Amino acid sequence: METKVLEAIHINKYFHDPVKVQVLSDVEFSLSKGEFVSIIGKSGCGKSTLLYILSTMDTDFEGDLKIDGVSMLKKKEAELAQVRNEKIGFVFQFHYLLNEFSVLRNVMLPGEKLGKFAVKEIENRAYEKLKILGIEKEALKKPNQLSGGQKQRVAIARALINEPIIIMGDEPTGNLDKKNGDMVFDIFKELAEVYHQSLLIVTHDNEFAAKTHRIIEMADGEIIKK
Amino acid sequence: MKIKLIYNISFSLLMARWKQTLVAAIGVTFSITMFIALLSFMAGLNDMLNGLMLNRTPHVHLYNEIKAAENQPISLFSKNKRQYNFIGSIKPSNELPQIHNSAAIIQALKKNKRVLGVAPKIIAQVFYNVGTINLTGIINGIDVEEEDKLFDFKTNVIEGNFLDLKIISNSIILGKGAADNMLVNVGDMIQVTTTKGDQVQLKVVGFYQSGISEIDKVQSYTSITTAQKLLGESNNYITDIQIKLTDILQAPKVAKEYKKLFEVEALDIQTANSQFETGSFVRSLISYSVGIVLLIVAGFGIYNILNMMIFEKMDTIAILKATGFSGKDVKRIFISIALTIGIFGGSLGLLFGFGLSAMIDQIPFKTASLPTIKTYPINYNPMFYIIGGVFSIVTTYFAGFFPARKASKVDPVIIIRGK
Repeated sequence: METKVLEAIHINKYFHDPVKVQVLSDVEFSLSKGEFVSIIGKSGCGKSTLLYILSTMDTDFEGDLKIDGVSMLKKKEAELAQVRNEKIGFVFQFHYLLNEFSVLRNVMLPGEKLGKFAVKEIENRAYEKLKILGIEKEALKKPNQLSGGQKQRVAIARALINEPIIIMGDEPTGNLDKKNGDMVFDIFKELAEVYHQSLLIVTHDNEFAAKTHRIIEMADGEIIKK
Repeated sequence: MKIKLIYNISFSLLMARWKQTLVAAIGVTFSITMFIALLSFMAGLNDMLNGLMLNRTPHVHLYNEIKAAENQPISLFSKNKRQYNFIGSIKPSNELPQIHNSAAIIQALKKNKRVLGVAPKIIAQVFYNVGTINLTGIINGIDVEEEDKLFDFKTNVIEGNFLDLKIISNSIILGKGAADNMLVNVGDMIQVTTTKGDQVQLKVVGFYQSGISEIDKVQSYTSITTAQKLLGESNNYITDIQIKLTDILQAPKVAKEYKKLFEVEALDIQTANSQFETGSFVRSLISYSVGIVLLIVAGFGIYNILNMMIFEKMDTIAILKATGFSGKDVKRIFISIALTIGIFGGSLGLLFGFGLSAMIDQIPFKTASLPTIKTYPINYNPMFYIIGGVFSIVTTYFAGFFPARKASKVDPVIIIRGK
């Protein structure tokens, strides 16, 4: 039997301000290891909201969320941070690299936080990840010296550093041109197929979604197609 | 490992905004510098004034008060009778102001562990005869060596050798003010008239200056034997016993005890100089409050800069949280930024404070009334440095605490979605 890396169980979410509005209703799906899944839907359909719930950053919801078979419901803030650190890799629309640190250090930071390996070992691993993404030459530059596509690849390397069980992306190609967007997609595809990395990507780019293994389509806070 | 990482991150954030950081640190440095310099200077002044008054005052002073006898003769008669006596116009009893059995008291005191030293003294009222004019004066007959040991007599003898008082019989160390009035020099002879009318020739062997001109105009010193001769009393005549204790705070208690034990009047230093203590206390209080206000202002500076930094670094905080740093970690990062500013600025401040104190210590300060003081007085009490150091860390911790708490509560979702 395939292990489920991520399970969303009857998730409901409301916005309370200014009036109570239901943004997610009874969302239920799961993700197996090595799956490359995209969530699509129109702007405002709740797909980003769902992603932030799935990523444990938003805890104000009803229902249950299991990551790697463990429920996230009762966990405290620090424990959730630990889960994000260890099991989830993030790629956002904007790269969110820290300009104070070199590219290499940016990739290393989550690894150093996890503290599973010595700093030297984390550095080697960071180099490895950068090599997979073809940007090891830029390792010692500052993020603001890189192009948009390069930055996004550094962000992916950072997401990979702790070898998470799932990578989540919020419109990771949204800010990129066609060429860089395709390149990022190819990287994701390679990660899924060569390294059996589970990926969950929110996008409104139907072309991007069409090439993934599975599409979850959302509308008005509900899943209309799994 | 984790602490190192957190410090590493906060240091990088610090260096990214090093100019602002420097301004914040300079604020702390400035306030600590002023704090140290102010306190050292104030304490120096206090010490100087204490030296002027308190060090010359015995902790416990034993003497005999001239007062009416407690048991009037009539009470002998009325003993065992049901009667009340109303006596008008009572006069003090005809008793000399001497302490009875003084030799035994001094012996007993010297054996007591609480007592640091005992110096006997004779106080005699005299007139200094200058031609036809008589100036009132007080001659203190002292045990020269004991007096010097307890009250640092030597430093106030500005001319002549204080030990001559003991060696040369019928010698006197004149108060500087009195000597000026009498137009005499060291080596001259002067004539004094005692209250009994005897006239005595004394040789001036030195001048004494306490710094308080009212005292210097009347006070002079002779040896105990000279004073006894002057008054025509026997060699066990002592009017005052001055006691220094090992612990000055015990003085009121000890005074009460001795009053009962030796049947004399006993005055403790706290009662004798209460207004002086208040003055010292108020001066310290003022300097502490100014120093602490300076530090609080510096603290607000740090608070502002950290708040600004947090607004600027919202993205950084959000991504740190998204990639697994907990709110506590973020809080630690910002608190360690604040503490770095505090420790860096504070230690520089301690250094500069020491420098500034040392500079003040070099500024010439000459006043006729204070012969021993050549420069502004400074007290290099390590306690000030400890207080300054601790306070700089405490202030910056609190200045960092609130912004850090705010940073720890940043919701990464809002920041990340906001783009």
